[in-house]
Amino acid sequence: MQRIRRPLSLLRTDRRRFMQAGLAVGVSLKLPAAAFAQDGQVNFYNWDTYIGEDTLDNFASETGIEVQYDLFADNNELFAKLRSGNPGYDVIVPSNDYVERMIVADMLLEIDHDKIPNIVNIDPAFVDPAFDPGRRYSLPYMWGTIGIGYRKSAVDQAPTSWNDVFTSDKYAGRIALLSEPTNVLQLAMKAAGKSLNDWSDENLAAAEQMLLAQKKNITAFAPDNGQDLLLAGEVDLAMEWNGDILQVMEEDDDIGFVLPEEGGLLWEDCLCIPTGAQNIDNAHALINYLLDAEAGADIAEFIYYATPNAAARELMDEDYTGNPAIFPPPSALQKSELAIFPGQEMLRKIDEAWTRVKAG
Amino acid sequence: MAEGRQAAARRPLVFAAFALPTLGWLLAFFLVPLGIIWLYSVGENVSLTRVETTWTLSNYARILEPEILELALRSLRIAALATLVCLVIGFPMALVIATASPAAKPWLLLAIMLPFWTNLLIRTYALLNILGTRGRLNEALGWLHARLQGTLELLGLDHPGLMSEPFRPFTFLGTETGVVFGIVYVSLPFAILPLYSALERMDKSLLEASLDLGAGQLTTFRRVLLPLAMPGVVTAAIITFIPALGQFLTPDLLGRGQVDMIANVIERQFKGANDWPYGSAISMILLYATFILLALRAFADARRSAARDAR
Repeated sequence: MQRIRRPLSLLRTDRRRFMQAGLAVGVSLKLPAAAFAQDGQVNFYNWDTYIGEDTLDNFASETGIEVQYDLFADNNELFAKLRSGNPGYDVIVPSNDYVERMIVADMLLEIDHDKIPNIVNIDPAFVDPAFDPGRRYSLPYMWGTIGIGYRKSAVDQAPTSWNDVFTSDKYAGRIALLSEPTNVLQLAMKAAGKSLNDWSDENLAAAEQMLLAQKKNITAFAPDNGQDLLLAGEVDLAMEWNGDILQVMEEDDDIGFVLPEEGGLLWEDCLCIPTGAQNIDNAHALINYLLDAEAGADIAEFIYYATPNAAARELMDEDYTGNPAIFPPPSALQKSELAIFPGQEMLRKIDEAWTRVKAG
Repeated sequence: MAEGRQAAARRPLVFAAFALPTLGWLLAFFLVPLGIIWLYSVGENVSLTRVETTWTLSNYARILEPEILELALRSLRIAALATLVCLVIGFPMALVIATASPAAKPWLLLAIMLPFWTNLLIRTYALLNILGTRGRLNEALGWLHARLQGTLELLGLDHPGLMSEPFRPFTFLGTETGVVFGIVYVSLPFAILPLYSALERMDKSLLEASLDLGAGQLTTFRRVLLPLAMPGVVTAAIITFIPALGQFLTPDLLGRGQVDMIANVIERQFKGANDWPYGSAISMILLYATFILLALRAFADARRSAARDAR
């Protein structure tokens, strides 16, 4: 009987195709570049569009240290990424309440002030904040506010109070709020005349009721694009970060920004070194460079947020330093507050209140 | 199938060499992470960053809160509606492709697959442009409205009350309608492909026979085509329904944060609320639902093939 020669396997492949498949799989497996300590490199994890155009190149040419630059979209993403261990970042940029959270969770290294000569450039107002006394774990990068962006031609006067967005139906159907539960509830508490850090069960319940009642007047809970809705004319009032509104103010003169009389929310983004960082000296060098007067001025010029760097501020022109949307008048700033970290228990209650608002 | 089993028996080493990498991948990147999520779901936060498995059911108990049940009901409703619309639109499209000429077939399939290859986020942003109050859809409807008004005027039929008002744009964004629209848009390829696959394999001569024997088009459709295509319909329904249930991007963008679904709650637990055990528990519920549906389908399949073998 003739022996039928079968191919080696039912799948009818050959060595060449096997190698090609292997190559395809191999290419897709790649260790992260930041997995090991490298000489002359620093791994910088920052917000998107939050640095000057040439800042990192200038830093590289001045110090010879290469910057591996990665981006994140918000504080939650940063925290979630670092929660289970540092994947290799040396410098990160959390906001003030997340700095507080990370200090509690032992996720930050102490910064050696001796290695940061440019620390003298920092404005005295930022030298000893409540969320990081003595600046042991963070140094300020940029600050700003959350207020109300509005279309001048659609309102008879600039909105004066948070109640314009939270309780009044004057602008029904033309309002956009942020979609971050903590921020919206904080400012609802402000509208009720309380401090935005006064997290008590009663205040939270009152804020929740206020939002449920106002929900029908709200067009959108915008995650990041309230300013786009304002620009497109979909809403006339948008609760937004000042920097976002500034961006669209460039494109449309009819848009303004105001901090209501109860005060807005102050935020501060800070430079920190996470635990597990591999290039600690280079991290200090980068932080020192970012606090330099020239570099700080370049950054502020490009991203147009308020700089806490007094030396950089000296180098800026009147358009920047006199802009009330960037540097609000003391009367408005007085009642604005920095957010504190509410604690894990309260975070859960905030989320439950928010779910009730969204489901209602 | 039988052939494969025979081959595996004859050359076990070769079979292992090909099966092991895939199984290893499945184990390492699917089953193990799933196991971790399952362990989280019966665990608790012991600090801001660590979860410990304490074998507690408190996370599952929280799912019984009224607002979660409300959101679950809303998600089921939206997902079911989107699946229905996908099937109703997808079936004729799949039929057209299955009965197209061999020259046209690849192009039609490409037309279905091409949007599939575009990123979900980009497609959803495109819908924002189309469905807005000043978007393309309202523009088109406004244009039609104006033409209709013009025609009525021409014919002298323009009474006040009959199309005399100016066009008021429809609101799609921020409503359940918009969200369903968005989910249908991204899920349609998922629905069409299994339907196409089932219709392609179907024996067309049975349809001819039915028509020859005197049944009308509608009767042939109802009593011959549909039952034969039913396995494809069930598959299409399942693989449209399950992802639709887990959508969070579309409700966020197209629903403008007003039409939250259950997956938005899950997203928040892993981000702002920092409550991974609770988020894991809700995710596991969705997963259990998926497994139950797939098990039911496998069971029905087994019964059907047993019935066929017995005949």
